[in-house]
Amino acid sequence: MGGSVMNIAETLKRYRAAIIAAVALFAFMALFPGYAPKAGASLLEQARTMLLVVPPIFLLLGLMDVWVPRETLMKFMGPGSGLKGPVIAFAVGSAAAGPLYGAFPVAAILMKKGASFSNILIFIGAWSTTKIPMLLFEMKALGFRFALARLAIDIPGIILIALALKAVVPKTEIARLYAAAAAMDLKPGMPPNKP
Amino acid sequence: MDTLILYIGAIVLFAVSALKDREKTGKAFMKGLKALEGILPQFLAVLVFVAIILAVFDAEMISRFIGEKTGIIGSLAAGLLGAVTLIPGFVAFPMAGELLRNGAGTVQIATFVSSLMMVGIVTLPMEIKYFGKRAAIARNSFAFIFSFIAAVFVAWAVAL
Repeated sequence: MGGSVMNIAETLKRYRAAIIAAVALFAFMALFPGYAPKAGASLLEQARTMLLVVPPIFLLLGLMDVWVPRETLMKFMGPGSGLKGPVIAFAVGSAAAGPLYGAFPVAAILMKKGASFSNILIFIGAWSTTKIPMLLFEMKALGFRFALARLAIDIPGIILIALALKAVVPKTEIARLYAAAAAMDLKPGMPPNKP
Repeated sequence: MDTLILYIGAIVLFAVSALKDREKTGKAFMKGLKALEGILPQFLAVLVFVAIILAVFDAEMISRFIGEKTGIIGSLAAGLLGAVTLIPGFVAFPMAGELLRNGAGTVQIATFVSSLMMVGIVTLPMEIKYFGKRAAIARNSFAFIFSFIAAVFVAWAVAL
């Protein structure tokens, strides 16, 4: 009995941000009725794309978790993988489809499988901005030079950002993130930022 | 299109997996679902915030800010707009191309595109869930600063 009350309280706490967001949306629509139809339309549009994109990513991650042995992934992207690691991180990130928020859970599974932090950061950078299908699209819309120049500066930029992040994020924090990723499917409700 | 590939890929891989090992496949499915449920609260919050932001900052509004050669202020506005909005590339690129042809500055457009792709203020709750506050905020800050550097380089390269 007490357990179920606890569960409800726990669930409410977990969904706190979502509840606040929903209240904010209602307040916004009430205060600015002129924007209300557009807010409603963009909510539906976003829900449609996000709810369509995110579930298959997670199911594929489940497959990866079950089938890809940690040793294999470590060999390719682990701390001892040398130059292979960043190259693979770039290639996988650039070949990915979908918005950046899709990359975060993939990064978590890479952590769980033992990829090094800098390779994961390169992967995130590549996913965010050097995606190959998007590059072709960018060339068409903004011109060959624009797209290629952006790609040329993005590659060193991604590496620099990864190095800078590795320098500013303390080792203990990185260890905590890896521990949280390793425990991910055991306690789905546990936020990793508990002290 | 992306989504279709994603679904076909998922279905094919699950079918192959099921042929090889039923039990493992079931486990993979449950793991995926559990991890999805784990991020659901942050995900829903992001969804709703994006709706509010995009209701205010639509294409028309963005064009007004970065439509002309607006100098440093325009660049800053372009960077901030890119940081707070979440627009897929196949919508953003044609829009940016249109602005460029209508006389917008290359620096501003490149800043907007870079910041749009690399910085995600509204998706921060999701990023924090996996990367922690410190790394997530640092990554977005670095990417934001980098957007301006990249834009200056792109403008220089395009003008060559």
